[in-house]
Amino acid sequence: MSLLQLKNISKIYGELKALDDISLEVENGEWLAIMGPSGSGKSTLMNIIGCMDKPSLGEVILDGRDIAKESDKGLTEIRRDKIGLIFQQFHLVNYLTAVENVMVAQYYHSMPDEKEALEALERVGLKDRAKHLPSQLSGGEQQRVCIARALINHPEIVLADEPTGNLDEANENIVIDIFKQLHKEGTTLIVVTHDPEVGEVAQRMIVLDHGRIKENTINKNFGNT
Amino acid sequence: MIKGAFTRQWKKMIMIALTVALGTSLATAMLNVMMDVSDKVNQELKTYGANITVVPKSASVMDSLYEIENGADDGAYLKESELGNIKTIFWAFNIVDFAPFIDTKATVSADSGEKEITLVGTWFDHHLELPTGETLNTGVRSLRTWWDISEGDWLSEQTYTGTEKPCMVGEGIAKTLSVKSGDIITVSTTHGSERLYVAGIFSSGDTADDEIYASLDTVQALSDKDGLLSSIEVSALTTPDNELAIKAAKDPGSLTIAQYETWYCTAYVSSICYQIQEVITDSVASPVRQVADSEGAILEKTHLLMVLITILSLVGSALGITNLVTASVMERSSEIGLLKAIGAKNGAVSALVLTEVMITGIVGAVIGYFAGFGFAQIIGQTVFGSSIEMKLFVIPIVAVLVIAVVLAGSLPAIRMLLRLRPAEVLHGR
Ligand SMILES: Nc1ncnc2c1ncn2[C@@H]1O[C@H](COP(=O)(O)OP(=O)(O)OP(=O)(O)O)[C@@H](O)[C@H]1O
Ligand SMILES: [Mg+2]
Repeated sequence: MSLLQLKNISKIYGELKALDDISLEVENGEWLAIMGPSGSGKSTLMNIIGCMDKPSLGEVILDGRDIAKESDKGLTEIRRDKIGLIFQQFHLVNYLTAVENVMVAQYYHSMPDEKEALEALERVGLKDRAKHLPSQLSGGEQQRVCIARALINHPEIVLADEPTGNLDEANENIVIDIFKQLHKEGTTLIVVTHDPEVGEVAQRMIVLDHGRIKENTINKNFGNT
Repeated sequence: MIKGAFTRQWKKMIMIALTVALGTSLATAMLNVMMDVSDKVNQELKTYGANITVVPKSASVMDSLYEIENGADDGAYLKESELGNIKTIFWAFNIVDFAPFIDTKATVSADSGEKEITLVGTWFDHHLELPTGETLNTGVRSLRTWWDISEGDWLSEQTYTGTEKPCMVGEGIAKTLSVKSGDIITVSTTHGSERLYVAGIFSSGDTADDEIYASLDTVQALSDKDGLLSSIEVSALTTPDNELAIKAAKDPGSLTIAQYETWYCTAYVSSICYQIQEVITDSVASPVRQVADSEGAILEKTHLLMVLITILSLVGSALGITNLVTASVMERSSEIGLLKAIGAKNGAVSALVLTEVMITGIVGAVIGYFAGFGFAQIIGQTVFGSSIEMKLFVIPIVAVLVIAVVLAGSLPAIRMLLRLRPAEVLHGR
């Protein structure tokens, strides 16, 4: 069975259908890119997949559990145990150092472990910046801290909403390289992006428009770049 | 995490601490003053010379049962011959003044009409030669310091030389019968009548304004009560009551011998009363409660006022805290949203915010407690001219109040925090 199944989900805000009857399956270990114009419903979809929101209609089955039926507490636990979130605006806690930001995620998951947190930072190439505050880090470095935080609890799915939206090309490539590494390790990746370069490296790409799936294409060149 | 919140949000935290400190200081000051003030007022009252009244035993029972004003009407009297004994008790030197009283119903007639009144016989400035060889001038002149002589002068038993017996007339009677000082009035009872010279008109502000005061023997003769008294008033210097005195006042029999000796040989109002009872046959001596009672009423109102101030200051702090904590949570909504997104449960996030506020609150409360204690001292010095004792049990009361106020103040922020959905704050719309 697929890791994630969306069955005819809709998200309705008053008159507006932000998502309109979307069905989608994501396999374990898959790397999926979600693209589409602004306002097409990408973030809405991510929020639902990330268990931060529930659909108005339809079923979301993640690892065999229907999240529409979960309580707030249940959703929090699913987020904590199965999902790693990467944000366009990084959302680091600005009075904590890089390593402490990673440890916050450990704290709410299990136990803070500085050694493990430092290893996570090392994976994203930031070991020497561990004691810096977010304000002392560049955008790319902050995004890497955010990625380290998303990965620290070994999530089944990593969700990234515009991970490169605030980054220059050099940093974008670093992030893409990290994604490639994650994919190699078998992590399921769902990445929302405007950026064709980020979209094209994915295994599969769907394009949303007005809350519907307009395209769903497999990347034939996957793995060649 | 928490430490970080303090370093980053120190301004807001200081504001919260100050708000708590302000509320706590007022509450502490009020509670401390409140706890100490009753002791203080009681002490002051008692050192200013408690007045003691001595009445016949049966009259005292009747008085308290039926609140009859003239206990003498039921036929029980004290003996005039025993009056001097008062100056023979252990604490004789503490007896500053005393005066006997006898009263009777009488009709007074003046030029302009007649009126039923109470005629009181007493000493004005009576000269006493005591068995000890001591002499003493005492009477209502020293016991009724608040009388205002509106016409004429105080009656002086020692210098009066007129043929008629002298008297002093209360302002109420003087007005209705238009009596002036120097007039001659006639008082009559069932036992006779007497022409009295009006030496002075007094205003006392109480029921005495409708009474006529004449010398003891005059009234005794008019009421056929030679050698009898209906009451004695005593002004004595006393030591403020302590627990021993309170215990003894209830029942001297409950004391151990050593306690009894200490009590008996200390000028507590209760031991002086006790000693007076020993020398005046069939008498009951008790402290005059009138002053203490009205002071008590004022005290109660003051207490109420202080409680109100305390409540208001605490409500004020709670509102202040509400504002500050809510603002702080709003400011940090994306941080809180993030924590929730990465798996922090509502309870954990609430605990985080509450811990921050509580730590701040406790710091504020400690500062506030000492500041409040300082306030209490200032109040004590300006109002009572003495320091306020530190009452230890105020601390737990204040602690409970602070916790309640901080929790109540944080409640709206916590509710907001619980409703906050990570999706709404994280994808910056
Ligand atoms: N909470 C909400 N209440 C009302 N409308 C909403 C809400 N959230 C999203 N929408 C609307 O739903 C639509 C989809 O929004 P969404 O954020 O998913 O777009 P997006 O594809 O992520 O756009 P962008 O590329 O600009 O981030 C938009 O029209 C948006 O205005
Ligand atoms: Mg978006």
